Amino acid sequence: MGALTKKAAIVGVAESDLGYTPNKTFLQLIAQATKRALDDAGLTIHDIDGFFSAGWTTMESMMVAEYLGIRPSYSDNTMPGGAAFEFHVQHAAAAISAGLCDTALICYAETRLSDRKKGIAMNFTAGSPQEPEEQFDVPYGLWVPIPVYALSAQRHMYQYGTTSEQLAEIAVAARKWASLNPVATMRDALSIDDVLASPMMSTPLHLRDCCLVSDGGGAVIITAAERAKDLRKQPVWVLGCGESHTHRSIAAMPDLTVTPARYSGERAFRMAGLGPSDIDLLELYDSFTITVLLQLEDLGFCPKGEGGRFVEGQRLAPNGTCPVNTGGGGLSYIHTGMFGIFLLIEAARQLRGECAGRQVRGVKTALCNGIGGNLASSGTVILGVD
Amino acid sequence: MTTDYKKPLPYIHDETRTYWEGAKNHELLIRKCRACGAYHYYPRDLCPSCFSFDVDWVRASGRGIVYSFTVCHRPARGFEEDVPYNIAIIELEEGIRMMSTVVGCPNADIRIGMPVEVVFDDLTVDVTLPKFRPVDS
Ligand SMILES: [Zn+2]
Repeated sequence: MGALTKKAAIVGVAESDLGYTPNKTFLQLIAQATKRALDDAGLTIHDIDGFFSAGWTTMESMMVAEYLGIRPSYSDNTMPGGAAFEFHVQHAAAAISAGLCDTALICYAETRLSDRKKGIAMNFTAGSPQEPEEQFDVPYGLWVPIPVYALSAQRHMYQYGTTSEQLAEIAVAARKWASLNPVATMRDALSIDDVLASPMMSTPLHLRDCCLVSDGGGAVIITAAERAKDLRKQPVWVLGCGESHTHRSIAAMPDLTVTPARYSGERAFRMAGLGPSDIDLLELYDSFTITVLLQLEDLGFCPKGEGGRFVEGQRLAPNGTCPVNTGGGGLSYIHTGMFGIFLLIEAARQLRGECAGRQVRGVKTALCNGIGGNLASSGTVILGVD
Repeated sequence: MTTDYKKPLPYIHDETRTYWEGAKNHELLIRKCRACGAYHYYPRDLCPSCFSFDVDWVRASGRGIVYSFTVCHRPARGFEEDVPYNIAIIELEEGIRMMSTVVGCPNADIRIGMPVEVVFDDLTVDVTLPKFRPVDS
């Protein structure tokens, strides 16, 4: 057993209201998700002594804790983009294992869709002028995120012969899962031809290769092993975790076809004492179709360069041999800006057998992988039930 | 050269001034470590390969290949009238990569691996941007 294996468990998960919530602030959504996750666990806000938060506003963790009325003894606002919450699981398990806290809340929400409609959306390509990307990338017209991921997809196609049809397989599979999820945003049928006929955003990525823009958030409660056994729901054990980041600017990515999931995944598998063949279910960050394909390779579910062939024939879809993103993913279920928290929520529900029409049978292990910040960060969490 | 240039311009500071002065003189200057010999980009006061602070400025050959590219059909701020426009990661002969754009050929003719050479676009009196054009291989 690795350093953090079964030292802590996820005992409560919840989403806030999702989709389009123009009458709620992100703080209201965080509070809503937190209340629901505490109820799921059978805990109260007074049980929380570890606080984990990531977001885009100034000193957000203190703002959110103040709003919720939490004065944590352990606080972490690690912010590697969309992978933040997978990083948080490792940090929470470590802190719990070290006795620095007992029960941790991981929480987050954004209102990107409402903000866009209200004309108050954040401009992600106007950072501090001191940021190297502002000096060396932005003057050429680079913006985030779509062209960044397009640069990777183009290189993968060149090196390995990956096709737009193969990328579209990923979007189609996500849509099939979403059609089984009552709270998913996009539930209408989608075909490979529909993906290819959708507007070109940044070659080679079409609109339907790209994730949604939504409002919403989620919360995850993690507690120590001893306490987890006495709570309302079956403990979802943290078996292994790993994290890595390799660059910030896409121009500095060591290899445009290799994400840091290669390193975070290795670490998580080593800690869990498991390999890819031991994993029943995958929840992979799908900011874009290419992101999923890269993670399948980097996590060892297929050899590097084989991702395109691997996803053919709807292998990732319901009734496929490799179920991925069983809630519909960022491509069709929800994408609030940092999808990583929803990976954990869906994996926990699948492991507890709560997913009704989209439940995968016999799930004992699940792997969640978050990717953030221009394919720059990766956090891997392997979860399991007894 | 225009004086009403509307696109984002780089914030030039002491660490990078030599690079941008080089560009104004139509030279692509890059940094090379005196300790381990590695080149790096973007230019900084230390070598990210070995953390030596003994780094030289050298003139790059200006030749390279397109490592990857994308044709943006949705614009960055300031690029609204350029759509569709390309951005490209160029791998220089010295083995380092930089963000840039390919000029002098239609977007449809850009290929990964195609040989390119640096050209200089004088945007304002202060800022010249290195770009790349195809060369016959
Ligand atoms: Zn060096």
